[in-house]
Amino acid sequence: MSLQATTSQTVGPYFRIGLARLFVDDLAGPGVSGQRVEIAGKLLDADGQGIPDGMIEIWQANSHGKYAHPEDTQNKPTEKGFKGYGRIPTNENGAFRFKTIKPGGVPGPDGKQQAPHIVVSVFSRGLSRRLVTRIYFPDEPANAEDFALGLIDPSRQHTLIAQKSGQPEGHLEWNIRLQGPNETVFFDTGL
Amino acid sequence: MANLPGYRRPYPGTQPNHLHPPYVSSIKRSPSLPLVYLPHTLSEVTGPVFDSSLVDPKACDLTRQHHGEPLGERIIVSGRVLDENGRPVPETLIEVWQANAAGRYFHKVDQHNGPLDPNFTGCGHTLTDANGHYRFITIRPGEYPWKNHYNAWRPAHIHFSLFGPAFATRLVTQMYFPGDPLLPYDPIFNCTADEKARNRLISTLDWEFTMHEHALGYRFDIILSGRHATPWEK
Repeated sequence: MSLQATTSQTVGPYFRIGLARLFVDDLAGPGVSGQRVEIAGKLLDADGQGIPDGMIEIWQANSHGKYAHPEDTQNKPTEKGFKGYGRIPTNENGAFRFKTIKPGGVPGPDGKQQAPHIVVSVFSRGLSRRLVTRIYFPDEPANAEDFALGLIDPSRQHTLIAQKSGQPEGHLEWNIRLQGPNETVFFDTGL
Repeated sequence: MANLPGYRRPYPGTQPNHLHPPYVSSIKRSPSLPLVYLPHTLSEVTGPVFDSSLVDPKACDLTRQHHGEPLGERIIVSGRVLDENGRPVPETLIEVWQANAAGRYFHKVDQHNGPLDPNFTGCGHTLTDANGHYRFITIRPGEYPWKNHYNAWRPAHIHFSLFGPAFATRLVTQMYFPGDPLLPYDPIFNCTADEKARNRLISTLDWEFTMHEHALGYRFDIILSGRHATPWEK
């Protein structure tokens, strides 16, 4: 039996009604191991205007590089209190902000490690299907060997790497530009 | 870990392009550069797991969230969640949201002057059962005007959000109603090129789900991306 996946449709402007219950912007409770980071940025349209009716969802491994999912069979510890899932709406200026820990590396194709990264889905009014991208970390030597970054034109790789935003330690800035100069790299992952 | 099988990619035309100019909001919110094809890794074949501890069993009935009965026509919306290989997707979270019978959303941004209904919020959630079945009780949503173009009206619809087993299977869609005369004019419904794929967003009247002297039933089956049988897609 072969079926075709249902067609995607936009979340529209009123998604908070249905999706606010699972808004999560602080992923790591007390006692969760790893380097604490706070990532803030804006979701911007072609004119550089903030998108106020947008939302990102994030998915990441814990600091050991282990996903809280049955298909991750690596011999690494899971952590109670760390699920790895976040859902963050943009505010009236298109800004978002979330707190988490820097994930450990996870396996990639052919047994090579991937650099620490967070996978991201972007939803908004006007997006008939989500956009998928990744957040990587600054000063991370593993970025140079990362398989997914290696698929990207070197001149665009910077759009996926969060930048240190000065003080305090652990604060990072990462913006999503849907179109135009410095357009963020989006991945085709299927739906 | 050995290479993991990825999830299937959509057939051409069965999913919307990001840019669909008749849907005006897509013009400045769609990428101008091609997407970069990413083979699925452990990061994409895993995803958040929501178990019954995160689910309110009463949240599948949108007509019982307040003191009184909401206005409008009570309906049952039910169906199955399957993957492209025909296998049920068990215990996966479904979130829904919709306008009330007057076509008004319970949301501060919605300025349509249709009346709010104090007995209807228009949100619900549930988990599919072991065989992928789900069921909501709700009110048939009203059509409503929007600002996309002159005299633009959205057909009646219910928003659905599903996770499935992996990041790669995430789906947000909208369910429509059979015979809605607004469907041919709606740029959101029509943003997908493949007519058959579009029409699968239209629910069907279903006597099995209809409750005698109580509520009409509509069937809406949802298909999530299916897994490749062979290791590592190219």
